[in-house]
Amino acid sequence: MRATTRLSAARSTPTLRLNLTRRGRLLRRLWHDAPFSVIGGIGVLLFLIVALIGPYLTPYHPTANSLPDRNQPPSLVHPFGTDNFGRDILSRIIHGGRNIFALTGTATLIAVGLGLVIGLHVGYLGGWLDQIVMRLIDALLALPALLLTLVLLGALGNSRFTVLVAIVILYVPIVTRVVRSVVLDVKTKAYIEAAEISGESRFHILFREILPAVLPTLAVEGALRFSYAIFLVASLGFLGLGVARPEPDWGLMVSEARDWYALSPHMLFFPSAAIVALVVCVNLMADGLRRLLEYSEVD
Amino acid sequence: MIAYIFRRVLFFGLTLLLTSLMVFAAVRLLPGDVETAVLGRGAEPAARAALRQELGLDLPFFVQYANWLSGFLRGDWGKSYAIKAPIMPLVLERLGNSLRLALVAMLIAIPPAVLLGLLAGLNEGKPFDTAFSLISLVLVGIPEFVMGIILINVVALEWKLLPPSASVPPDASFGEALPRLILPSLTAAAVLLAYIGRMTRVGVIAELRRTYVRTAVLKGLPWRQVVFKHVLRNALLPTITVIAISIGWLISGLVVIENVFAYPGLGRLMVFAIQQRDLPLILGGVMISVTVFALANLVADLLYAALNPRIRLS
Amino acid sequence: MQTPILSIEHLTVAYRLQGEWFEAVCDISLNVDAAQTYGIVGESGSGKSTLVQAVMGYLSANGAVQQGAIYFEGEDWLRASRQRREQLWGARLSMVPQDPLSALNPALTIGEQIAEILVCHRYASRRAAQARAIEMLRRVKLPDPEGIARRYPHQLSGGQQQRALIAMALASPELRLLVLDEPTTSLDVTTEAAILDLFAELQDNHRAATLFVTHNLGVVARMCQRVAVLYAGEIMEDAPTEALYSAALHPYTRLLLRAVPRIGDSAPLQAIAGRIPSLRQRPSGCVFAPRCPAALERCHVHKPALERADDGHLVRCHRWREIAEGALRFEETAAELRRHEMRHVEDSLFDHLFSAKQSSTQTTVMRAEHVRVRYGVHSALSRLLGTKPPFRAVDDVSMRIPRGKTLGLVGESGSGKTTLARSLIGLVAMESGEAHLLDVPLRGTPRQRAKATLKAMQMIFQHPEESLNPYRTIGQTLRRPLVTLLGMSRAEADRAAADLLRAVNLPADYLSRFPSELSGGEKQRVAIARAFAAQPALILCDEPVSSLDVSVQAAILNLLAQLQAQYDVAYLFISHDLAVVGYLADYIAVIYRGQLVERGAAQSFFAPPHHPYTEALIASIPLPDPKAKARRVRLPDDQPSSVVPSGCRFHPRCPRYLGEICRTHEPPWQRDQQGRFYRCHIPPHELAALQTENGA
Repeated sequence: MRATTRLSAARSTPTLRLNLTRRGRLLRRLWHDAPFSVIGGIGVLLFLIVALIGPYLTPYHPTANSLPDRNQPPSLVHPFGTDNFGRDILSRIIHGGRNIFALTGTATLIAVGLGLVIGLHVGYLGGWLDQIVMRLIDALLALPALLLTLVLLGALGNSRFTVLVAIVILYVPIVTRVVRSVVLDVKTKAYIEAAEISGESRFHILFREILPAVLPTLAVEGALRFSYAIFLVASLGFLGLGVARPEPDWGLMVSEARDWYALSPHMLFFPSAAIVALVVCVNLMADGLRRLLEYSEVD
Repeated sequence: MIAYIFRRVLFFGLTLLLTSLMVFAAVRLLPGDVETAVLGRGAEPAARAALRQELGLDLPFFVQYANWLSGFLRGDWGKSYAIKAPIMPLVLERLGNSLRLALVAMLIAIPPAVLLGLLAGLNEGKPFDTAFSLISLVLVGIPEFVMGIILINVVALEWKLLPPSASVPPDASFGEALPRLILPSLTAAAVLLAYIGRMTRVGVIAELRRTYVRTAVLKGLPWRQVVFKHVLRNALLPTITVIAISIGWLISGLVVIENVFAYPGLGRLMVFAIQQRDLPLILGGVMISVTVFALANLVADLLYAALNPRIRLS
Repeated sequence: MQTPILSIEHLTVAYRLQGEWFEAVCDISLNVDAAQTYGIVGESGSGKSTLVQAVMGYLSANGAVQQGAIYFEGEDWLRASRQRREQLWGARLSMVPQDPLSALNPALTIGEQIAEILVCHRYASRRAAQARAIEMLRRVKLPDPEGIARRYPHQLSGGQQQRALIAMALASPELRLLVLDEPTTSLDVTTEAAILDLFAELQDNHRAATLFVTHNLGVVARMCQRVAVLYAGEIMEDAPTEALYSAALHPYTRLLLRAVPRIGDSAPLQAIAGRIPSLRQRPSGCVFAPRCPAALERCHVHKPALERADDGHLVRCHRWREIAEGALRFEETAAELRRHEMRHVEDSLFDHLFSAKQSSTQTTVMRAEHVRVRYGVHSALSRLLGTKPPFRAVDDVSMRIPRGKTLGLVGESGSGKTTLARSLIGLVAMESGEAHLLDVPLRGTPRQRAKATLKAMQMIFQHPEESLNPYRTIGQTLRRPLVTLLGMSRAEADRAAADLLRAVNLPADYLSRFPSELSGGEKQRVAIARAFAAQPALILCDEPVSSLDVSVQAAILNLLAQLQAQYDVAYLFISHDLAVVGYLADYIAVIYRGQLVERGAAQSFFAPPHHPYTEALIASIPLPDPKAKARRVRLPDDQPSSVVPSGCRFHPRCPRYLGEICRTHEPPWQRDQQGRFYRCHIPPHELAALQTENGA
């Protein structure tokens, strides 16, 4: 027993070390080629940390009205100022960020997971199944994103859950298509055929042989989807759709701040800046991931 | 080539049919209470039943779909629940407004997008390219409503250069309407410009790495001729497809922009329809948008084929 | 003496990779005179493409000349401005690249792509240039030059595309230097022979100097007056062609010449151990020392100089004098070679496993009858939906493979040879016909087949890069069939995998490596080990050496031969290279457009009579011997078409076309005295008579 453990440990260590030094080298190269994408990645991480632990640090409740503190400009007490109900904008942004991460993160993960499984199967099996699924996907993609969301909001009701369903329905076809195109490329490779002629199970071929080749592209696509999802949720919030008042929502905050622009421009500035910063950071990160993917292909 | 055209048109029809079925199913099958939407909360059961019968809601799903489809094709798109008026003229009028906005946005965005993307691609890795990549990435990340509000507050309200609202009287000429169209189209153009520019850049870079470029250079052709005669011809072809795809983006963006600028377009009508749960209106509006988008893709495909000898001559 | 057209002096070119400079070409000097054809031979990694780029004055952005000079007609070419280079490119020096399709602009007609050179260098007006372009297309012997000029690249076959590129390179009336960068490597062997003919013929007319860069020793022997052998960026030997082939002085050249399989010679090939050093780790002494069987202590320490051995014979080796005198022998004899290869595989677990199943007694491993394979389906709907028209890739092929023997299947690209193998193993469906493996009928996809059937037949694929999953370690790859097909436990599979690696001469610590850490030859060894892991009775080898360098190819061929002798495995060995097949096979079959046209025992295979296609194939092989007379049986370029010709499907290209009967009637199988079969209307004695008078 002990002998086997030691054996496998000895076997895995050099690989691990190799991968770590390789990763370090790639990151250094990325920093050299595209420093902004590294910064973007760090930015996303910061947003995530703030969303996770921020709510425990903010002194104010995000929905607590305080009429005497209405429309305060930024100060030490309220770093981002207050809104027309006297609510602390920083607290609202932090909580709103948490909501956005929870909603778009969950939706993106579900969409990527489903798209991955469908794309793997459809791409590998091909034939009529592939034809049918691809026609369905074409039809779904013929619907502009926001319109499909609007239809679903109209049919299912105006709720956060509907938004989640809408994002999943929107992005599953896109992820499926991306995964499928990688699978179509990989499945003609001799190593897949070598597995087939050894009678390997479909599960083994899909998830052990093909999946690793799909993952890098999937990471890039996932990051892009995440950024579009944030974009979409913010737009919906702005239209007053898919939000549960008075829960803080970045898009809705921008919308409400419009009427107070002359009096307190900070009400508009901070939530807008939060949206733009997060989307741009995620985009930069996706760009960095794409570059890393290219490096590994070139090597 | 003829087979190719036939195939594209076939797919176009098939896609529209499938999409309409999906949208219709979403609207009809998903839990939604039409009677309450039309008659209000306290309606009598008898009135409800009568309405169901009048609207054909008691028929089987596919019969409903067939009825709706044949009506849609004949120009009878039903009546709006909320406005109590025929849908087609309303939707078409708003569509016209939206298309006007979209057209101006594309005119503003596409020429500089292609030019900048091209320059960035030709200067890959140089400062201009880096700046272009970064700025376009930021631009893609700014939601239309943020961009729109910034423009309204700065250009219209602070500098007072242009009107903040875009509501155009229905009988206004294009020239009269243009100043009011500029801010919303600029907003739409920003994302469009960044997206098309980025894709053009990628296309040019990919094309520059092809081996035939080396052949052309080693013929002794001046670099300018290599770029204009050899590279552009191949690099700009995919841009046609990119523009078609970006129209889908534009349609989504317009929904938001029209609401920011209070512009009487299709998008604003759609948001209204959703808030009112006006299902026939949603259906009509979505189907016309989808048709426009699919048509744009069809035209792009055919144009691409006509310009690409590998498809044209196969 | 005249100034040479091209003069390279002590040229060193390096690439910048992540902040560090690595030399790809090191201290190269050579002169090419007018009307001379100078060959540069090198395997992959030898720096020959860098040399080409430097000569053309078109190094990639991260490359730079570190030292030395290039003079073009006495002019300092490295200092020439971009403008000056544009004046000379296409006018005084031009290049024919390797892969014709990608070298042509897909969006411009062939005529335009030729004419623009003439217009740009002001040799002709727009209109006159078009006419000259057609004239050039005629000179490179393209049929219907007017039609070709109007076509786009994708409408031509590979051979026609390459002719168009040659027309382009020769378009200028002032051409002084022609650089040929592996111009025939991506072509079929019959097309290659025709293109080489064309070069030879054109050389007599244009009088320009030619730099012929290739990996193929046979092509060099035929085309060049002088040859430089490149290894790891340095010239190892530089000599007149005859001297190089008859009295090579460098160990590398000598070994390389013995690594090439030759028709009718079944002596074991000399493999060269090790691999070419990467840019990052160049040896400090002689670059070849790590692989050289004659290397001494000083070879590893001191870099030898390029010395003048004889008049015009240069060599870079410390021990060339001993070699010249015949005092130093390092090539192994045939017997030594065999023993050397056997040594590694004694008493392995793998061996025991194998011997345990020698009980079965069938003498025929594979029997296939009337196999047909068709791609695409006949249906109006699917054609509308854009699927390609149906195409029968394999048409009525029958064959038998006896236990422990090798059937070599020879054909050019698109002949259906690979499809046949794939249909046997179940990767594509058979349309009709049947195949039996050890008397068990083969049906369905691999997943539908019995484990015993899967075990009994394995496959080795063409591209080592794609053979192994880049995300799985060698150990994971090798253990898998042991566990799934042989039902081994994890620990057993571990031991057996190590044994398998030893059987293919790789160290056991490779188990934890990823494929990216292996060279092409090493990957192919792992692929062989995987095929043997299941202890098959038959292995389908699909061009297993065609993407490997000559020296590595020899080692793989020897390994396959030795494993066969040891384990009594049968091979279906598929290749486009008749010489390689001739080296390994016991029986040979030739396939053309999905049909076998000739089959017979390997020993007597290379004597006439032959099917006219086989005859052309044999005549097309470039022999690594400058004294060999070129046998001029040439085929016209294939047309890009998927329509199968009527009657004999070879008739449109057949040099022995009889007439109407070939077009209307499918030829019968005929048998000659030696028991060989071929499919042609011409009877054996007539065919033999025709071919001996021509071949002599």
